Amino acid sequence: MINDLYILLPEIFLSLSIFSLLMIGVFVKESYDLVTKLSLLVMAITIYILLKDNSSSKIFLDSFIRDPFSNFVKILILVSSIFVLNSSQLFIKDNKLDKFEYPIIILLSILGMFFMVSSNDLILFYLGLELQSLSLYILSAIDRDNLRSTEAGIKYFVLSALSSGLLLYGCSLLYGFTGSTNFNIIANQLNKENIGAVFAMVFILVGLSFKISAVPFHMWTPDVYQGAPTSVTSFFAVAPKVAGLAVLIRFMSVPFENILQEWQTIIIFISIASMILGAVAAIGQNNIKRLMAYSSIGHIGYALAGVATGSISGFSNSIVYITIYVVMNIGAFGCIFMMKKEGKYSEEIKDLSGISKNQPILALALLIILFSLAGIPPLAGFFAKFYIFMSVIESEMYTLAVIGLLTTVISAFYYLRIIKIIYFDEIKIEFDKIKNLNITATVFLSCVILTTFFLYPSLLSGIVIKIFPF
Amino acid sequence: MNFPILSTIIFLPLIGSVFIFLSKSQKNNQSAVYVSLFTSLANLFLALFLWYSFDKNLTGFQFIEESIWISGFIKFKLGIDGISILFIILTAFIIPICILSCVNSIKERLKEFLIAILVLETFMIGVFCSLDLVVFYLFFEAGLIPMFLIIGVWGGPKRVYSAFKFFLFTLLGSVLMLVAIIVIFWMTGTTDITQIYEIKIPEEYQYLLWLAFFSSFAVKMPMWPVHTWLPDAHVEAPTAGSVILAAILLKMAGYGFLRFSIPMFPIASEYFVPLIYTLSIIAIIYTSLVALMQEDMKKLIAYSSVAHMGYVTLGIFTFTKQGLEGSIYQMISHGLISAALFLCVGILYDRMHSRLISSYGGVVQYLPKFSLIFIIFILAGLGLPGTSGFLGEFLVLVGTFQKNQLVAVIASIGVILGAAYMLWLAKRVVFGEIKNQEIKSLKDMNFTEAAILTVLALPTIFFGFYPQPLMDTMNVSVNHLLSNYQLDLINHFSNQK
Repeated sequence: MINDLYILLPEIFLSLSIFSLLMIGVFVKESYDLVTKLSLLVMAITIYILLKDNSSSKIFLDSFIRDPFSNFVKILILVSSIFVLNSSQLFIKDNKLDKFEYPIIILLSILGMFFMVSSNDLILFYLGLELQSLSLYILSAIDRDNLRSTEAGIKYFVLSALSSGLLLYGCSLLYGFTGSTNFNIIANQLNKENIGAVFAMVFILVGLSFKISAVPFHMWTPDVYQGAPTSVTSFFAVAPKVAGLAVLIRFMSVPFENILQEWQTIIIFISIASMILGAVAAIGQNNIKRLMAYSSIGHIGYALAGVATGSISGFSNSIVYITIYVVMNIGAFGCIFMMKKEGKYSEEIKDLSGISKNQPILALALLIILFSLAGIPPLAGFFAKFYIFMSVIESEMYTLAVIGLLTTVISAFYYLRIIKIIYFDEIKIEFDKIKNLNITATVFLSCVILTTFFLYPSLLSGIVIKIFPF
Repeated sequence: MNFPILSTIIFLPLIGSVFIFLSKSQKNNQSAVYVSLFTSLANLFLALFLWYSFDKNLTGFQFIEESIWISGFIKFKLGIDGISILFIILTAFIIPICILSCVNSIKERLKEFLIAILVLETFMIGVFCSLDLVVFYLFFEAGLIPMFLIIGVWGGPKRVYSAFKFFLFTLLGSVLMLVAIIVIFWMTGTTDITQIYEIKIPEEYQYLLWLAFFSSFAVKMPMWPVHTWLPDAHVEAPTAGSVILAAILLKMAGYGFLRFSIPMFPIASEYFVPLIYTLSIIAIIYTSLVALMQEDMKKLIAYSSVAHMGYVTLGIFTFTKQGLEGSIYQMISHGLISAALFLCVGILYDRMHSRLISSYGGVVQYLPKFSLIFIIFILAGLGLPGTSGFLGEFLVLVGTFQKNQLVAVIASIGVILGAAYMLWLAKRVVFGEIKNQEIKSLKDMNFTEAAILTVLALPTIFFGFYPQPLMDTMNVSVNHLLSNYQLDLINHFSNQK
């Protein structure tokens, strides 16, 4: 029993820290800075705990699983959250969002994600998912005096509740048809003849697609991305996506292992639809956060293309993709945090016009990040796509590969448009020169990773391939 | 010979650009200019040293460098043969010229411009050195980024449209090549082209794979009907950008045909010969006619480039020794001539700020030195015997005549058309009456400009009279390419029977 608790140590440590931090927040006045620093510390310690034990074990009647896969995903979530929280400090203070609840809610949603990616049981999975989602609703509405932010929170809540309902319905169907909530037992019970279970799979897939904002369940994404404060958006763009994709991969490879052909068709459709919509709809956007929303939809499409292969190499390349995506997004939002003019933050793409003239470093960083998002070699974004299409073509899904690569050309257009505005256009607004070490370090690190990735591309995929199969 | 000379040649400009990036901005960017000149000249010497130590009698690749790269299954493999070394020298030769030419004409953000050019040099030399499909693709595509910026930031009034068109056209062509590369990897288990040469790709796959590679090379070449990005890009790009574009970037596609399409897909290459002939003939005749009607000098030269590249594709796909050697020769000589022509137009543009033919006339009376050199290159451009331009076209036509006489006859008409638009250009710009009074106040070439153009004129004339150094270098490799190709075809057809 004690040994079981040891396996659960990261989650236990995280929950205890959350409650202690809450107490600190309640009793210490003006405690935002303190709580934030402590939260960052808590996350760092959790990473250390996760790194210490990389073995694979199931506990609590096989409902909770800790394996290299979940460890990797959890570390990715934590590292990205640390960078996001760190680089959004200035934004949070400037917009008077510095309430001590802010980092605590982020920690809570991370706790939910932890349970999600470690779940081997429908009930635990649903609990983790809801903990995550509830925290995210609050986060998106945290700027409560702002109409946009509250609207985003309500919109996200209503739609997400609906999708959770569908998901729960799928779970109950699955339980009804297989007689168990445990993933491994479900896997043994499921086969193609079990039409009811295939129905359940569809419902669960709908719910999960909503969480990772894949087309056609993406409608909330642009509005929430735009409405929520940028600091929250940057968190939305990374951590929940990683967790959602990881859980999707676990669902597809454990409980739905035997109905591969059924879910494969659906994932291929979702993937193609996301790639196309992400590429086409982003063209007309003027708000950079909205654009990032569509861009993230497109990127999820590519990651799903890897999942669609149903092979170990496809899954691991999806994880590689989402990792590089996280690096790019952290850098991109870091740059967005620098779009500040006399204390006010701008979100309009046209305000970036001509910044290459007086802020050459920021312009260069955006150049690297945007070309990487577009997937142009030799930047890391190219290798992410290269890996994905390696596994897609290995599975002989040529149509998916060709459509995927053609959409990269379309999406290259809107990334180029921003580069055009930055580099080719005349200067309109001079942004303040921000000398904030947190932001510059984050952007710098992201750019260095993106540009030097080509020197040793197998480093990341070498780590990722080891976490499979679970 | 364990010194990684190819990697040095590839990455030296990149290191130089990092130095420039880190250097403090000065008023007239002295240090940036010197650093970039120094690195590019060092690279030129390295390339010449490479040529010197290159063994012309070996058939295989030389100076091979290999290191494990992507997960162990794709290697970072470099190596050169008698064909690629010529392009490396051409690249290393053109870049210092571009740097010298842009120092005076680029007024804004010179430092960034030099960085872009050096980064571009890294990618271009990388293309010609790579012996692995993925490495090749990496360099081939990466070149888009600096070129996009060169056109977009320092270009003319319609630069945005041109830069986008250039980028998207090329990218669209290339992604299909990426699919083909990955398919080849899963089919053969390697992307190392020396191994793929041995493995022989099954016939039924060759056609589609050939088309995928073709889609990329045809855009880059550019072949009719996907050539439309080229005139736009040329017109809007700054002079140095046009020079690089015409002299080197276009050659990547011809090199790609020689290195990839023909040896990897011999059966498909033979099968698609009629397609290539048709497109090449259209390119030669149609774009020559279009060039006749241009009012913009840069556009005229751009269209003439398309026509000249038509000869290149024609020559490559004759699969005769003369045709292949002629094509390679034509590419090298076009690299020199078109670079010089764009520089000449640049010199006029710097003084008059107009590229329209109609705003000139009678230039010879006030800019005699310039006119002399301009006329030399115009004559070289139309293929006058005694210039390198003649030999390439001549060999291509000889090669074509052996295979298809009708095509050769039609292609010869292109030579006449080429003479027509080039001479007409000379007549309207250099000679004739002075229509525009501003010409009277123009100054002749300064020392740098004269030096640059002379440096370009010398090899143009030298190789026109004495092509042997180039021919010797490529001879063994071309023979090897051809004999392998014919062997593959013979094997294939005897198996069919």
